[in-house]
Amino acid sequence: MQEITPFHTAINDLAGLAAGIHKNSGKIIGYMCSYAPEELIYAAGFHPMRLFSSKSDISLAENHLQAYCCSLVRGVLEDSLAGRLGYLNGMVFPHTCDSIQRLSDIWRLNTNHGFFADVIMPAKLNTPSARAYMKDVLKKFQTDLETAIGHSIAPEDLKASICLFNRIRKHLARIYELKSKFPSIIREKDLFAIVKGAMVMDRKELADRLENIVQRLEQKDPSPSSAKRIILSGSICDMPDIYSLIEAAGGMVVADDLCTGNRWFEGQMDEGIDPLEALTARYADRAICPAKHSGNTLRGENLVRLAKDHKADGVIFAFLKFCDPHAFDFPYMKDFLDKAAIKSLHLELDDQQQGQGQLSTRLETFIHMI
Amino acid sequence: MTDTEPQKDKQKIKAAKRMREIMTAYYMDAMTARENNKKIAWITSGGPVEPLIAMDIIPVYPENHGAMIGASKMGEDLCVKAEEMGYSSDLCSYARADISCAQINGGPIGGLPKPDMLICCNNICGTVLKWYEVQARHFKVPLFILDTPVCHTEYSPEIATYVRRQIDDYIVFLETATGRKLDPDQMVQVGHLALKGQKLWQKVLTTTTHKPSPMSAFDAFFFLALIVTLRGTQTAVDFYEELILEMEERVQAGISSVPHEKYRLLWDNLPVWYQLKWLSKKFSDHNACLVADTYTSAWCSSIKYIDENNFLDSMAEAYTRIYLNNGVDKMADQVLDMIRLYDVDGFVMHSNRSCKPYSFGQMDIMNIVREKTGIPVLMLEADMVDPRSFSLSQADTRIDAFMEIIKQKG
Ligand code: SF4
Ligand code: SF4
Ligand code: SF4
Repeated sequence: MQEITPFHTAINDLAGLAAGIHKNSGKIIGYMCSYAPEELIYAAGFHPMRLFSSKSDISLAENHLQAYCCSLVRGVLEDSLAGRLGYLNGMVFPHTCDSIQRLSDIWRLNTNHGFFADVIMPAKLNTPSARAYMKDVLKKFQTDLETAIGHSIAPEDLKASICLFNRIRKHLARIYELKSKFPSIIREKDLFAIVKGAMVMDRKELADRLENIVQRLEQKDPSPSSAKRIILSGSICDMPDIYSLIEAAGGMVVADDLCTGNRWFEGQMDEGIDPLEALTARYADRAICPAKHSGNTLRGENLVRLAKDHKADGVIFAFLKFCDPHAFDFPYMKDFLDKAAIKSLHLELDDQQQGQGQLSTRLETFIHMI
Repeated sequence: MTDTEPQKDKQKIKAAKRMREIMTAYYMDAMTARENNKKIAWITSGGPVEPLIAMDIIPVYPENHGAMIGASKMGEDLCVKAEEMGYSSDLCSYARADISCAQINGGPIGGLPKPDMLICCNNICGTVLKWYEVQARHFKVPLFILDTPVCHTEYSPEIATYVRRQIDDYIVFLETATGRKLDPDQMVQVGHLALKGQKLWQKVLTTTTHKPSPMSAFDAFFFLALIVTLRGTQTAVDFYEELILEMEERVQAGISSVPHEKYRLLWDNLPVWYQLKWLSKKFSDHNACLVADTYTSAWCSSIKYIDENNFLDSMAEAYTRIYLNNGVDKMADQVLDMIRLYDVDGFVMHSNRSCKPYSFGQMDIMNIVREKTGIPVLMLEADMVDPRSFSLSQADTRIDAFMEIIKQKG
């Protein structure tokens, strides 16, 4: 589908994409976690860009982070120290896992990309005091941004930004919905490109392009597929293309519980209320990351429901090695699936991508079995 | 041999015996809590224990249990069991050991007494949040989280308001769990004792500014247990008063921890529990004494924020601004202060595979220390409980090389 080509172009050359944004005098603020309040960044006139590791060899970051740190955190630091992130005009760190928490300090002390902010969100989300704090933190971040740009963010601009991101999320959700209904409607590698591209491309352009894709897909008359219906769960914070491997192994991703997927675009923000309230509700109520707390079984229940709703044949857990939050949740979530008689596979991904062959074999075996 | 024996006896700290008695009594108390109609709360090491004491709830510390498991060299076995349950070997070994122990009632004391509630304060790490969720599912008991946002660069008014509100939430939680009201007078009393205990603990630690040092960080690792588990009680206060007297006597009598102390070192991060003896001897053989550490001093690092006459209010700040919940540069400042105060010749950093918030950022601290003080720094790769991440021969060589550099400088 030619509509998807720009997404592939964007994700294959992030520096080129950034250069294009700069040419239009855009300023780029980087982030590494889906709790970054993109709506505020955008409303302040910045281009929010999610960072992924370029997966280059680690050498400079060796002097700051030990080898038992996840490859995303080490990789992005390496990219910065090696000068590969020259296009950044700033960076924002929402509080999530311990590794990113320390990366924020290391970043502040060793790099110089202009704007810098910690958005120290609450770790628990299900109490009134935590919600009130969430709002305070968002407001503080807004003030930080306003200080940087030298004027205040107009309420209309924030509202417009919220509407734009709602559009983006709505289209992404629709694409996923279609994909679940007609798994062969879109190739796995294209889905991957769309989701990843959506985190880096110009957002206005993105919203239009997504709309086109939705229109095109809705006209399609997809052939039935016999591929196994798979749900991905975990953090592909760093997003290797395991989508294509799943497809090659005879599976189709019909839904996910990823913060680079469903967790990030699920749900709409209320456009009719005070924007800061709407933002607070969004970040407090969205499907949670394991680094945050909202009840003890919420993620497990969600995953089982997701698997049932999408008539999944199996669930694949995928997260990076050394990722504590996900590794802690894995046993109980697997247990929940077992009890519901849903098969699952656990993949611990490393950056080095070595053992792709081994990964494929494991996927094939699993998909064959379910 | 015979003529060194009395010397060795003299070297021993007498209060250790009393300390063991107190800890045994404490665990006995906890083990028989149910018969005595008392509730048990499991709580994180940096958690707000004072309201529990004031409400006569027995606090139990899985991390202290983790240390016991490590010291009794049962860590590997229990960690492996957790891995069999699906927990990655990259997770904190306290958590792994405790999670599997709870399932099989293993470990040095046959498992901890079951909790009636769980109190988790994330001022030390995000691990405890996940770990306590695991235990809340396992024991099916209520979990309270005191969420203390990290102070990267400041203790902001937003953070202050949030944590203060949660102190109220906490009291309500405890009152609901016990069906009793917190007695404000009792709380004041416990607050006084907690502060007093922390000040005494600080005094214990600073006795090592004396040259030669009457005790070492290895002793501090041991004597720490009371300020963690019995903070806010008269028992802790009495014990540390006694310990200080003994330290003063040792200073008077010229008894030192390391017989021929020549070099003084600072330790960073948690102890390597299963190699304490070996490490202690290793340094001692080089006439080097670990006189202080960043770990045990964490339990008196926020005394300055405590307002004795307004304990509950000031608790919010005191619990949020502990060592590990600060930015790396702030931590480096504290390390530099310690280097000056204890007048050390070298800095030993334990790069602890288990503890990411303590270990990431260490390299930056190392660079800052080198630059600002010029003292040699050694980084040892290990894990506090899981011996599979520690190579004795490698540590041996590296410590020798490090001491060589210090000796040349000296
Ligand atoms: S898994 Fe958590 S930390 Fe990682 S990007 Fe997602 S929300 Fe952020
Ligand atoms: S992969 Fe895990 S450890 Fe790494 S940044 Fe994401 S949540 Fe943190
Ligand atoms: S050792 Fe580190 S990670 Fe483990 S509980 Fe303690 S502070 Fe948390």
